[in-house]
Amino acid sequence: MIKVLQSGFYSTIQDFGRYGYQDYGVPYSGVMDRYACTMANTLLGNPKEAPVLEITMTGPTLEFCVSTMFCVSGAEINPTLNGSTIKNNKAIAVKAGDILSFGKLINGYRAYLAVFGGFQTEYVMDSYSMYKGVTTNTSIVKGDELEIEAMTSPTKNHHAVLRVNTSYLTEKNLPVFIGPEFDKLTESQQKVLLTKIYTVSKNNNRMAYQLEELLENMLEPITTSPVLPGTVQLTPSGQLIVLMRDCQTTGGYPRVLQLKASAIEILSQKLTGEPVVFKLIKM
Amino acid sequence: MISYHLSYKRFGQQAILIEWPAVIDEKILNDLLSFKQKIIEHYVDLSVYINHAYNSLLINYEFVDFDFGKEIVILQKLYESNKIEGKLSLKIWKVPVCYDAVFGIDLKVLSTTKNMTFEQIIECHTKAAYTVYFIGFLPGFLYLGGMDERLYVPRKPKPRLRVKKGAVAIGGMQTGVYPSESPGGWHIVGNTPISFFDASKSKPCFVKAGDKVQFVSVSLKEYSDIKILVDEGVYFLESEVLYD
Repeated sequence: MIKVLQSGFYSTIQDFGRYGYQDYGVPYSGVMDRYACTMANTLLGNPKEAPVLEITMTGPTLEFCVSTMFCVSGAEINPTLNGSTIKNNKAIAVKAGDILSFGKLINGYRAYLAVFGGFQTEYVMDSYSMYKGVTTNTSIVKGDELEIEAMTSPTKNHHAVLRVNTSYLTEKNLPVFIGPEFDKLTESQQKVLLTKIYTVSKNNNRMAYQLEELLENMLEPITTSPVLPGTVQLTPSGQLIVLMRDCQTTGGYPRVLQLKASAIEILSQKLTGEPVVFKLIKM
Repeated sequence: MISYHLSYKRFGQQAILIEWPAVIDEKILNDLLSFKQKIIEHYVDLSVYINHAYNSLLINYEFVDFDFGKEIVILQKLYESNKIEGKLSLKIWKVPVCYDAVFGIDLKVLSTTKNMTFEQIIECHTKAAYTVYFIGFLPGFLYLGGMDERLYVPRKPKPRLRVKKGAVAIGGMQTGVYPSESPGGWHIVGNTPISFFDASKSKPCFVKAGDKVQFVSVSLKEYSDIKILVDEGVYFLESEVLYD
């Protein structure tokens, strides 16, 4: 078990998401940054999609109540164990009573805490991912006790030699494909969309990232149709909305672009005010 | 049976979007549901995920390798192959709604703008059997078609930040039920004690696309009685099986 001493800004349990329930209007959910989740889990010998704690911006303070191993990946938020600095992307052994906390955000926006065997919280509709209306809890709060497996003798035999690439944390280019309604834009609008530097607005969360700069357009709304995480919608007022993992299953705005899976990872490490550029992948 | 000219579009690196003509029509819905059933059976052994809206269907191949060009040819053949007929058993659900002013907080405004009495609005709203096109927007939110034109009304200029769970509302040419508390810009005419989404059930919503929903007006007293049974998990909603 892990005790939540302080919750931090916003942390949720996530795995790779809830698939096969979209016809009930249930979002896919799942970790925003699959790469970081995969790294943290792999370094512990877990399946890549084992449930992890997704930590946003400021970290929680957690007390381990059993011996285990953990690993932090993704954003660099100055993690410390019993007050001593530890590194991201390293499997670390802990015993009951050890305290993990986080400091200042250095790089990226979302960090992932994996523990040996994965978090064993509520499992609903084939997933551990927290989502309002689906799971009982929608984020971790002070006083929570998160179920994890105890390891009798934590050893560092999971030293898989893994080169972890962290350059995407500072990458601004988002590889994209054209979306179903891309062709409805004029040539000059297409050109602007694919070259302009856009800024992440303060409206950014697990559902969607809105961008500051507007793209003036005369596109008609579409008949409500399916959308995916990574779909870029364009509203009549010119707002670009990049849908993320907790997005709704259908939408009525034209879908002008579709992010490549790796671009969702890049964007999910961005915070308000940071620049991004869409880079078209030719098919 | 009618065959439509369908368009097949690549949707990112992991999905195919199939589109029917852009009209909201029950014939299209039936054709879409029949094709969807064939696609589900075709991919039964693969982790391929399918969802649909009014006139479009998305196949998500995120966890399998696929060749876009080849897959489209397979899908086109599948569409032209024998249509599945009479396999889908559809239901008409009789959903109790209390239109008392306690719940129907926008009835007064509607009555003025539409120049109809409360009784006329309720009669109009309960007469139709609405077709369920799909579920989207929120878990358990039904997209219903077939509302009487007399009830068409623009959405509220300013959405409410909190609409109660079970609120029955009208917006544009559509009517629907809010399955959970959420923001919303539709005009609220009543409330149903029935739950449209239950995450603990293997089928979290009892209604499926192609079914019909009819609202039945109940008094405040009946509403509370039904609500008690619903909360105890012993209320059985009235339904009839429909045969096409």
